[in-house]
Amino acid sequence: MRLSKSWIIAEKDFKTFRKRKNIIYTIIVVPLIVSFLLPIVIDYAGHKNGASGFPASEIITLLPAFTFFYLILAGMIPSTIASYSLVGEKVEKSLEPLLATPTTDSEILLGKGIAAFIPPIAAILGGATIFMVLMDLVTQDKLGYYFFPNWNAAIVLFLMVPLAAIMSVEWNVIVSSKVSDVRVAQQIGVLVMLPFAGIYVAGELNLIPLGVTNNLLIIAGILLVVDLLLLFVARATFRREEILTKWK
Amino acid sequence: MIETKNLTRKFGELTAVDSVSLRVEDGEVFGFLGPNGAGKTTTVRMLCCLISKTSGEARIGDYEIGNAADSLKIRKIIGLVPDNVGLYDTLSAYDNLDFYGKLYDCTEAQRKENIERFLKMLGLWEKKDVAAGTFSKGMKQKLAIARSLIHDPQILFMDEPTANLDPESSRTVRDFILDLKKEKRTIFLNTHNLDEAQRICDKIAILNTKLMAIGTTEELERSVSGRKTVIQLEQLSDAILAALKKLPVGNVAVDGNKLTIDVANPEKENAAIVEAIIRAGGHVQSVTVVGSSLEDAYLKLVREAK
Repeated sequence: MRLSKSWIIAEKDFKTFRKRKNIIYTIIVVPLIVSFLLPIVIDYAGHKNGASGFPASEIITLLPAFTFFYLILAGMIPSTIASYSLVGEKVEKSLEPLLATPTTDSEILLGKGIAAFIPPIAAILGGATIFMVLMDLVTQDKLGYYFFPNWNAAIVLFLMVPLAAIMSVEWNVIVSSKVSDVRVAQQIGVLVMLPFAGIYVAGELNLIPLGVTNNLLIIAGILLVVDLLLLFVARATFRREEILTKWK
Repeated sequence: MIETKNLTRKFGELTAVDSVSLRVEDGEVFGFLGPNGAGKTTTVRMLCCLISKTSGEARIGDYEIGNAADSLKIRKIIGLVPDNVGLYDTLSAYDNLDFYGKLYDCTEAQRKENIERFLKMLGLWEKKDVAAGTFSKGMKQKLAIARSLIHDPQILFMDEPTANLDPESSRTVRDFILDLKKEKRTIFLNTHNLDEAQRICDKIAILNTKLMAIGTTEELERSVSGRKTVIQLEQLSDAILAALKKLPVGNVAVDGNKLTIDVANPEKENAAIVEAIIRAGGHVQSVTVVGSSLEDAYLKLVREAK
């Protein structure tokens, strides 16, 4: 496999995304809103009605769970882009000339994956940096130390978020073979974030303590296994013969 | 050179292409005619290594279709204009071509040179920075043709390149194909348009799942009986009819001063007919050959297949 070919395809997709405002908004605006909103909620809700803020015990439960918002974003944003990238090519009927070039199926698939992976990851990590800085500013008084950065946040952001994004891309490759409308693909594609939303809720309810490193590593391990399984299915789906004769 | 032997493709129970054997020589423009669903696009897709064959053999130059190692090499030496142009609407004409140039491993200098050359040849150079999505159908088709040539392939597959185009755009595309023919490129042209095939192609094949016929336009026309020579005379006489009876021609129908004669090969027989009429004292006003055009041959062969 030649990475240079995949990068050419990814670069073309980056160029296409820059001309699509809805994609730009999804990549940039959503992580920014989350990153500013969560510290504001902590600050505002804690001091509502003259209260002196959330107690430290509550803050150290809330913050790890909040970090999981970025896992939800990692399911959602690549899904939006991958849907456009693959179903968009179907709609524009540009897959056939692309498949007629001296490029392998894996190179095309990897190129599409890179295009749907890098911008969201960059935006999510950028947003998470803002989130951590702001959260430290609003909680340092109460905690007496800076909560972020910490190892658990690093596991979530540098291990689980990429794995979730990969899962999202793979899921969307599979979905793209069955639908021929970008919006439908996006709607089905974002279903991939439901398990992450479930984990977040379980964390908030303390059913799965998300501040425990071992729990995070177990979830990351499950994500890795699911990624490998989905890769196998996505790879089988993204074969030029399948695309030209069976994709709807 | 493109060669197939008993090339077959089945989709489940359905046979889309059935034992097609053909040979296209280097520098030849080969017309592939057939009704919708005849298997033309499937054949092109097999030859472009986009889908696999069920059985049979096919070769492009020295490379074998179906051999995984040869597939990339084949795709590198051919160009494809698919039936749907498939351009990136948000990208400019230049960026569309540049992207494909990179995928074909063209250097930056080659890309610049070929993009400028083909966009100028097709009258799109002034629009090079305009998004392809704003182009008319004809312009998009021209851009798709330029894209298929960006790596300067010697073999070009074109699937209905003038379908849905207005007459002016069709003519531009046809003229461009003729320019490519002058450059001795091998062109495999899928088309419904018999007139286009007749004007451009050196050889024509008629496909209806199976290959019904293959040859030059003249050979295909001759393969169908029922051609007629219509001769308008100044004055018909018994002497003329008697003279014609001595010739080895088919039925002679009379309508006033007009004769309609069944002939097998008008190109060879008409001279003798006209000479016999003149010797019998007749004055010929016009001679017209009707029937058994490429269209007749096509329709007859396609109907026979049903």
